[in-house]
Amino acid sequence: MLKNLKALAGLAGVLVASVAAVALAAKPEPWAILFQKPESPVMEQIVSFNDYISIVIILITLFVLALLIIVVVKFNEKANPTPSKNTHNTLLEVAWTVIPVLILVAIGIPSIRILFFMDKNPAAEMTLKVTGHQWYWSYEYPDHGNFSFDSVMVPEADIKDRSVRLLEVDNRIVLPVETDIRLLFTSEDVIHAWAIPALVAKIDAVPGRINESWVRINRPGIYYGQCSELCGVNHGFMPIAVEAVSKEAFKRWTDDKKKQAAGPSGVEVAADAARPTTGSAR
Amino acid sequence: MAYAASHDAHDDHGHHPSGWRRWVYSTNHKDIGTMYMVVSMLSAVLGGGLSWLIRLELAEPGIQFITDFQFYNVMVSAHGLIMVFFVVMPALIGGFGNWFLPLMIGTPDMAFPRMNNVSFWLLVAALILLVLSGIVGSGVGTGWTVYPPLSNIEYHPGPSVDFAILSLHLAGASSVLGAMNFITTILNMRAPGMTLHRMPLFVWAMLITAFLLLLAIPVLAGALTMLLTDRNFGTAFFKTGQGGDPILWQHLFWFFGHPEVYIMILPGFGIVSQIVSTFSRKPIFGYLGMVYAMVSIGFVGFVVWAHHMFSVGLTSSTRAYFVVATMVIAVPTGIKIFSWIATMWGGSISFKTPMLWAIGFIFLFVVGGVTGVVLANAAIAVSVHDTYYVVAHFHYVLSLGAVFSIFAGFYYWIGKMSGRQYPEKLGQLHFWTSFVGVNLLFFPQHFLGVQGMPRRIPDYPDAFTGWNMVSSFGALVTALSTVLFFYVVYRTLTSGEKCAANPWGEGASTLEWTVPSPAPFHTHEVMPKIGSQPAE
Repeated sequence: MLKNLKALAGLAGVLVASVAAVALAAKPEPWAILFQKPESPVMEQIVSFNDYISIVIILITLFVLALLIIVVVKFNEKANPTPSKNTHNTLLEVAWTVIPVLILVAIGIPSIRILFFMDKNPAAEMTLKVTGHQWYWSYEYPDHGNFSFDSVMVPEADIKDRSVRLLEVDNRIVLPVETDIRLLFTSEDVIHAWAIPALVAKIDAVPGRINESWVRINRPGIYYGQCSELCGVNHGFMPIAVEAVSKEAFKRWTDDKKKQAAGPSGVEVAADAARPTTGSAR
Repeated sequence: MAYAASHDAHDDHGHHPSGWRRWVYSTNHKDIGTMYMVVSMLSAVLGGGLSWLIRLELAEPGIQFITDFQFYNVMVSAHGLIMVFFVVMPALIGGFGNWFLPLMIGTPDMAFPRMNNVSFWLLVAALILLVLSGIVGSGVGTGWTVYPPLSNIEYHPGPSVDFAILSLHLAGASSVLGAMNFITTILNMRAPGMTLHRMPLFVWAMLITAFLLLLAIPVLAGALTMLLTDRNFGTAFFKTGQGGDPILWQHLFWFFGHPEVYIMILPGFGIVSQIVSTFSRKPIFGYLGMVYAMVSIGFVGFVVWAHHMFSVGLTSSTRAYFVVATMVIAVPTGIKIFSWIATMWGGSISFKTPMLWAIGFIFLFVVGGVTGVVLANAAIAVSVHDTYYVVAHFHYVLSLGAVFSIFAGFYYWIGKMSGRQYPEKLGQLHFWTSFVGVNLLFFPQHFLGVQGMPRRIPDYPDAFTGWNMVSSFGALVTALSTVLFFYVVYRTLTSGEKCAANPWGEGASTLEWTVPSPAPFHTHEVMPKIGSQPAE
């Protein structure tokens, strides 16, 4: 079975690689059984920690399975007509209490180290503010003139590449690579959750609260994700798409956006952006 | 035994109503237990049917037949609520608990027989309210967790959510009354000589479950009342704009919700312990360790609730605490798994249907348990939070854990309850088809989850197609297997062989096997005296 898993994982790897040769597009792959390939320091750590813990749990499961098989083969009523009356073994009982504790310590220490690494990043170079709505996301760039835009799913009829059906949006978030980016989350109505499997540990967008996280994108590409908290009728139809570009390209893009914001409709946009989005839930 | 001698002397005394009065006015623990089982089975058809519709919709990408996504959300929510409150709990606690707790501790009935009747009928009323909640408005599309603001009046106008709240209130009242009854019965009405440390493990499991219910349900009731007044009377406990906070709901809900999962699994632990001991023809290994493992699972279960909330924005220090506390639960759980294996070790095992289900339970619970250890790590939990990985995890512990223990208990005790034994070959066929079906159904969901497929969506990106098709095929196998189960029930009740008082032989040492099969209307009218047995 493990061999099969490896073969499948290899197949998934090949698929990912072939896509990457064109342009990196991080999205789910058919028949994949592992995490999407991580493209940020946080997800790299999470995935490698998960690899480690997966080995531990597979070994534990196989150990229990082996014990059960031994029991079934050796201690069925044909093989062993007279049952023993043994109901205690202090050494054994201590062992199966203490050994799991040690295993848990070995899991817990790296786990908590990563947890604190994932937390806020005080050295962030820029901020992206994310607001959840029923049923789309809006984004603000407070460090780049405070422009904002909505990001809505592209309907199926307008999709050319079926592999991004339910994943593509009309306005992608553009972010620079190799930059520590502070992410702020809130919601205007119900609770949503912002998730991009290859980039960030997901975090809820909660009305009345601002949650903080951070991301540093390793390389250019398009990264897809979906809302991950039940938020009503169209919960399945408010995806997330990030376009990671070089720092220079990002500067050009923000300059363009700033110009647009300064145009005739710019006043309105700015006013919109200034309005606190954490207000009442109506 | 004492039973046979006492039976004749009490014949005239026995109040034995018949017709509809026997059931509607019932104060008899066996009849009430039977009614709980029937309600559980009917709800299982409803809740299970919903899940098959869900799998049918998800069999292929694109919209198959559910064009109203609110209706999809309603199905998902109703499936969860029905399975938790109206299938698993009534079967394990109301059904097996009522039936076998008095039999196992050697007492004639529950401490408060009339309250027992109230418990049951409140549950029926609750079920009716829940079904009505789907009919009176646009339904409850909030998930079984009913998170505000989605469950607030702004986002769920109409009476549906209110009906669901009242339904859960009644189900909760039913559970609390039942819990009081169980605790009183166990603490005060054991047969002479049955000290606490001689109680069968099923009785211990029920005692701990009852305490969890007694402590957890009032918190749910409080939260539900706050939601009800938020919706209808202008309060703002969970409303952001007026000083409330939706996260408060999550704290309260999971303070109930996490013990709730142990409420569903502890009785299963008890049943599996009885079965493993019976069919290995050995007393349980490390009895005291088993008891205190359950006690500590129950205790620690109350201080880990926020591991359901790792992504809501708790500070890292808070999350670190919940990581560690959650991992602690793995230790007593491990003790139970290894003690079951040690009980079988050196035994002389016969692989009758109940034992197959019990061994299946042990293995699948380990699979669900180790993914629980994975999810305990906040770092990983936030990357798979609200994905199918979580769905796979909790179905392994509940659908493959708790439900397997229900089937194990059914095959173990049906002879005692009905007087007729199940057909062995069909029972084994039911086990193997179920085992294959549920693993096909739920194992691929781990893969979907790590790839990022969110829960509770009616359509998914095309890349998720493969494993979803496998999963839906597993659902078909499981569905056929469940149809087979109902056929087994039919065959058992109509043409099953007469069951002896103790069909399982020397391994079955608990008191329910000392009374005839089917258990007469009144049992243990003179309490048996307990020697050194049963459990230790």
